[in-house]
Amino acid sequence: MTVIVGLEIHCQLDTATKLFCGCSTDYRDDLPNSHVCPVCLGLPGSLPKVNRKAVEYALMVAKALNCEVPEESEFARKNYFYPDLDKGFQITQYDKPLAVWGYLDIEGDEGEKRVRITRVHMEEDPGRLVHKGGADRPKYTLVDYNRAGIPLIEIVTEPDLRSPKEARRFLNKLRATLEYLGVFDSEKEGSLRVDANISIKGSERVEVKNITSYKGVEKALTFEVTRQKNLIRRGQKIERETRHYLEARGVTQAGRSKEQEHDYRYFPEPDLRPLRVKSWLDNIVLPELPDARRERFMADYGCSLNHARTLTGELKLANCFEKVVASDKRGLSPLAATWIADTLIGELNYRDMNLDRIEPAAVTGLVLLLKAGTITDKSGVEVLRIMLDQQLKGEAAETPDAIVKRQNLAKTAGDTGAITAAIEEAINENPKALDDYRAGKGGALNFLVGQVMKKTRGKADPGELNRMLTEALKRREA
Amino acid sequence: MPGHTVSFHPDDRYSAFLRTVAEAPCGEGKLGGIRVAVKDNISTAGIETTCASRILQGYIPPFDATVVKRLKREGAAIVGKTNMDEFGMGTTTENSAFGPTQNPVDPSRVPGGSSGGSAAAVAAGIVPLALGTDTGGSIRCPAAFCGIVGLKPTYGRVSRYGLIAYANSLEQIGPMAANVTDASLLFEVIAGHDPRDSTSLDCPYRHIPDPEIRGVKIGVPEEFFGEGVDPRVASVVWDAISLLERKGAEVITCRMPSMAYALAAYYVTCTSEASSNLARFDGVRYGPPADTKRPWHEAFQERRREGFGEEVRRRIMLGTFALSSGYYGKYYAKAQAARNNVRADFERLFREVDVLAGPTMPTVAFRFGEKSDPLSMYLSDILTVPANLAGVPAISVPCGKVERLPVGLQVMGRWMEDERVVDVAYAFEQGGSA
Ligand SMILES: [Zn+2]
Repeated sequence: MTVIVGLEIHCQLDTATKLFCGCSTDYRDDLPNSHVCPVCLGLPGSLPKVNRKAVEYALMVAKALNCEVPEESEFARKNYFYPDLDKGFQITQYDKPLAVWGYLDIEGDEGEKRVRITRVHMEEDPGRLVHKGGADRPKYTLVDYNRAGIPLIEIVTEPDLRSPKEARRFLNKLRATLEYLGVFDSEKEGSLRVDANISIKGSERVEVKNITSYKGVEKALTFEVTRQKNLIRRGQKIERETRHYLEARGVTQAGRSKEQEHDYRYFPEPDLRPLRVKSWLDNIVLPELPDARRERFMADYGCSLNHARTLTGELKLANCFEKVVASDKRGLSPLAATWIADTLIGELNYRDMNLDRIEPAAVTGLVLLLKAGTITDKSGVEVLRIMLDQQLKGEAAETPDAIVKRQNLAKTAGDTGAITAAIEEAINENPKALDDYRAGKGGALNFLVGQVMKKTRGKADPGELNRMLTEALKRREA
Repeated sequence: MPGHTVSFHPDDRYSAFLRTVAEAPCGEGKLGGIRVAVKDNISTAGIETTCASRILQGYIPPFDATVVKRLKREGAAIVGKTNMDEFGMGTTTENSAFGPTQNPVDPSRVPGGSSGGSAAAVAAGIVPLALGTDTGGSIRCPAAFCGIVGLKPTYGRVSRYGLIAYANSLEQIGPMAANVTDASLLFEVIAGHDPRDSTSLDCPYRHIPDPEIRGVKIGVPEEFFGEGVDPRVASVVWDAISLLERKGAEVITCRMPSMAYALAAYYVTCTSEASSNLARFDGVRYGPPADTKRPWHEAFQERRREGFGEEVRRRIMLGTFALSSGYYGKYYAKAQAARNNVRADFERLFREVDVLAGPTMPTVAFRFGEKSDPLSMYLSDILTVPANLAGVPAISVPCGKVERLPVGLQVMGRWMEDERVVDVAYAFEQGGSA
């Protein structure tokens, strides 16, 4: 059963002011209705005026997504009643969008894949409803228009995605692209919203609305694939409908049937002139985008394809990597790639921490210690954990050097006396392990290595320890 | 006189005003200390602005419309807000939620509309100048009925910022005055580019009316004297055109076939735009709030049913229908095609003539209640809507009377040639001395 997925993605453009007025877009920490004016409140008599910067940003996206930009595009009104929609219509684009027919290459389920983009258009965000007194049965609802008029772009794909995982990958790639362009801040709450169209080949299409996170897309689609496949297996028909994704419960739920009867009565926005901005494209110089940076990471730093893909998959990660290896590109790259792409990301995710919380200089310090052989990999992980925990708890940040010193983590190179003593102790305390070793059980050696490591607190060089322990055991056999 | 005020305690016996300002601030400038009345669909900071609708009762705009700012900059005293058909929807000012205005020439008759209050205020001599708005004749019709001068400028020449929209693509704010010179002065003050209005043109108006019209080619479309035009009105207007001819203008009769569907194109366009513009009045932000104890989608419908008058509801429904999927192509899209034909007709005619002239209204002012059938009221707009559809300038100047009731001569000009229509009107106003 082939899965067919197409996405409609709404992203807030990270401009300083709103799409049709001069109000600031930086509203998230402020009081409700404090970033508003007659225009974004839709007061009678106010008129919209297009923010050039927003158009420029949208054109950058169009260019990065390899779209065609028609000579003329047009804003249109989408009419519907809702309290968060202060004019009773949303200014959007309808039959004359800003850009059409582009593509984005992603890593698909079966290798490199080209996902076609149907269109990219601009529109304004509506306001926000705040329900008071319980989410299910609110006592009353307040309206906050701070968000009203924030510029959005809607990106619509062709139904080219074949699995929830591919959809997730597409979104990640799109996010990276928008971040590289500097037109989107994925960390702002509510900056991305996704509607997904999903069907099993041969059956009706279902629209899933209201997905607001990257992970949510994969989860919602996975749920929907299972639900639809089960229906088909049971011989039931899939109805063409709109469903809502309930993030907290990870399920989709049928919407009111009325929503499918919505007639938005689109017509050209009479208060704005048509946009003729194709020529602006000539002046738009795109920055290096994820694919180009990935290739460069492989060529310049010798990164593996996987590491290069991970590192360039997020703008901040790529920047962090380049800062860490700046002093010695070739020398530090292999270690830095592994430590950042594998270890650091793992430790950050475990703590639900953001990459911003750690200074590239600290990572550089750690990589230099590892490179010099001052500490073992195991100690390296410990140093990293200490640094992250200090950040998490808001404690004063120590440098990796200071941590190594304070915790006495430097490798005990040459100090064979301490290791020999620890080996003797470990063997004496674990006669069973000695017996096992003698009986030829492979696990015994590893067990003893672990015991010695514990006693030397990870400072022993694993190679040296192995050699010494084997010798010590041989001596006991003799 | 910065910091000064003018007192305003008019004898408003024709109910021209919805509210007045007893002590109106004024300053120095081209209109220093002059009393100006403003139609109630133009936003005035601190002064209630209702569009003569219950749904906006109590709404006090926090900002001035650009035209009001410009009036104040030139020292004018904004002395009051004038009555109108609710949201501009009407030809008589009978559709005001707050009662009709009488025609000062004959109080048993309507002043015309929708800018009836502004026309009556000027005609009664209460103010020398007033602002009106013209979507399909709303300045020119009351000017003709009340015997004053009214200009609908080229679309884009006056900023619409602060004008509470009825039909955005058609309407313009314009001057109303007792004579052409005053109207021209008021136009000079309000015209010019406004960055807040994306449809505004960068073309200021600085012009002293010039009565010299020798060699000006005046086209007279046959359709302007067709069926429905009162022969007595037609005769007065022909006399006026003959006077212009005597003054040296060349008069050429011509045809304007697109008139046949101009009215339909106009009503489809304006009702469509209105249905969307008026959607914001949902009881959340303006007027008496919707009942919060009931589900919002029920409460706001009731709010709209009570808050809008019958004609407004009718036009919202017509426009909603015209934009509906499945009907858009039949109505809205067709209306735009017809509109292009009207525009093309004007362009063709203006290659041969400099201005077009004819009656402003097919008849003199109606008696109250005479146009109770909406369709017959719509039909009376037939001579004024073409200029709005094409966005060209048009002026109405008093040109005589039929049984003591004023008749207006309408002069339409090329796009952006507002100066020319002002000159032709001025030439007529100066009379047959030449
Ligand atoms: Zn604003």
